[in-house]
Amino acid sequence: MSRGTIQGREDFLNRIAEKIGRPRSEHVERPEWQVQPQWDVFAGENTEQLMERFKAQCDKIHTNVIETDVNGFREAVAETIGAYQADSVIMWDDVRLERAGLDDGFRSQMSALGVETKVWDTSKGEENIRLAERAGVGITYSDITLAESGTVVLLNSPEKGRLVNLLPENYIAVIPRSSLVPRMTQATRRVHERVQNGEEISSQIHFVSGPSNSADIEMSLVVGVHGPVRATYIILGDE
Amino acid sequence: MPLRVGEKDFQTRVNKGLDDAFMRGTVRSAQEQLRTRKQASSEELGDWEAWRSLGEEIRTHTLEHLDYYLEQLSDKVAERGGHVYFAKTAEEGNAYVRKVAREQEAKKIVKSKSMVTEEMSLNDALEEDGLEVVETDLGEYILQVDDHDPPSHIVAPSLHKNRAQIKDVFAEKKDYEDSDNANDITRFVRGELREEFLDADIGITGCNFAVAESGSISLVTNEGNADLVTALPKTQISVMSMERIVPTWEELDVMVSLLCRSAVGQKLTSYITTLTGPKGEEEIDGPEDFHLVIVDNGRSDILGTQFQSALHCIRCAACVNVCPVYRHVGGHAYGSIYNGPIGAVLTPLLDGYENNKDLPYASSLCAACTEACPVKIPLHEQLIAHRQIITEKEKLGSMPEKWAMKMFGTGVSAPKLYRLASKQAHRVMSPWTKGSRISNGPGPLKAWTNFRDLPAPASERFRDWFANRRRSEFDE
Repeated sequence: MSRGTIQGREDFLNRIAEKIGRPRSEHVERPEWQVQPQWDVFAGENTEQLMERFKAQCDKIHTNVIETDVNGFREAVAETIGAYQADSVIMWDDVRLERAGLDDGFRSQMSALGVETKVWDTSKGEENIRLAERAGVGITYSDITLAESGTVVLLNSPEKGRLVNLLPENYIAVIPRSSLVPRMTQATRRVHERVQNGEEISSQIHFVSGPSNSADIEMSLVVGVHGPVRATYIILGDE
Repeated sequence: MPLRVGEKDFQTRVNKGLDDAFMRGTVRSAQEQLRTRKQASSEELGDWEAWRSLGEEIRTHTLEHLDYYLEQLSDKVAERGGHVYFAKTAEEGNAYVRKVAREQEAKKIVKSKSMVTEEMSLNDALEEDGLEVVETDLGEYILQVDDHDPPSHIVAPSLHKNRAQIKDVFAEKKDYEDSDNANDITRFVRGELREEFLDADIGITGCNFAVAESGSISLVTNEGNADLVTALPKTQISVMSMERIVPTWEELDVMVSLLCRSAVGQKLTSYITTLTGPKGEEEIDGPEDFHLVIVDNGRSDILGTQFQSALHCIRCAACVNVCPVYRHVGGHAYGSIYNGPIGAVLTPLLDGYENNKDLPYASSLCAACTEACPVKIPLHEQLIAHRQIITEKEKLGSMPEKWAMKMFGTGVSAPKLYRLASKQAHRVMSPWTKGSRISNGPGPLKAWTNFRDLPAPASERFRDWFANRRRSEFDE
């Protein structure tokens, strides 16, 4: 990737230093913050307790939750698609989804039921966007799941398109139990550690908590202004 | 839309607000709803005061080393292939965005809500070049379709409009034929905006917080419009005011947690999007071309002054939601896109005192704003500091007020004068007194009594009452 340009920086930053009343800061160590209450939230709770919190929060953000294991997984997904009365689906090209059961076999089964299931395919370029725009359901996999806020964290990549969870009218997030952490604190630390290790981070990291909503008209809640109107989380027990 | 909006005269704006019964009703219920939700969700966080202290510490440190963190941020953005432009003024920032739009031969631009681009009047600048600019946040879209009606709240910009008014706007401008039900209106807008997103050449966003260590920008929304603005058009331009930055992802967590709770009483909003540079080479969606415009526009003049901490503001509107003055007059009365207590502090700093000298007086100094602020900006103290500057240095205070301040100053500093004045007060005020209230006071009292009654001075002074009481207690 070629380096981008930077314009107008020196004057701008010199002025800041001058106004603060010192020379330009050359090296700054981030201090150890005096208080760090973020680490105390749900500290020491086990996965079971966190899962209860997660489910309670999903209720507040108008998101359905289905718990299942590997054996019931395919059926849970199929039933959700059926409940949404969708006739087309788009999902991430993610080996974790395939391994869990959303493979070729699943796609032909769905096809027999009249539901066209497409996988985000980098070789097909822009066509993916048109498919996502038409699809009734989008399916992604949660990389990290936040118990406190009912949030799935999506680390996007070429195979994990940004629009899969945004354009279709209904959204399904597949959530492995093992991905659950107390809150955003743990997820952002993970990203911070990657940056410190000099690793590249995803061009988009998306924190998604339930369907799209707004309260801009008389403060009353309406869903689906831009993104999905309905959302279901399918929690997948670990093998 | 510039920083300053609406009627020129403060008194006219205030009267308009006071006369608008609907607006006052929605403002009251919105304040109550947002405040209650904030209280509930911040209690769940455990020690809210510790969170506020952490927020304050992070903001103070970052602002003290702003040059360092902005340098790091811009290097990291460039490393990932993004372009960074430092704009000292609104004009410079607008010129850069116009240049990018020309180079891309753009026709349509979709935007997600951004206060700094409002402050810069960026939309006007782009429209002058013949570009179509579409605001995609539902509230902002309503205002834009309604001939650019100004926003009245930082988080809920169309708070002053009711459903019927919104329905009428869409019926008149967009041939909307359905009911005034919020769900029906939303459905309609969803369809309209979908087309705009798929058509747009450029997406413009603001930036809630930039992360210096990785060159990322973050956008906090409930609707997901920022996500579509940044995923569909080929070119993305994010405009940030220079102070909206955190050192690392760990501080992003804290600031976003404080923002969501303080603004809308949510643990997190439905979407928090973080973007680092343009899309990768193999990626299908996301911008090919990413620009970050970092804007000063008067902010550096606030650094190193007693008002520096006003730059800690994270635009959550918690101060707006507790303010008794805002409750009575509404957002338009401030005549600025930044309204409520933070608006009264910030607007004179960014736009000078000349046109905004009334704003620091639009406060009861009850300090509810200071207590509500998640990053502990001493808002009411800064309002007092503004008043001092206005009356002492700028000589802009109204004559009766200066006269009153001077008289009060002389009066209380000389015990004899004070005794005489307070003894005479009851008799002196009697022509204006009805029962125990003064509702049409003279001179400096007029500004106050235009809006509310003042209790009349008691016939017996407190000092005399106290002295008599002590004497009678002693007698017993």
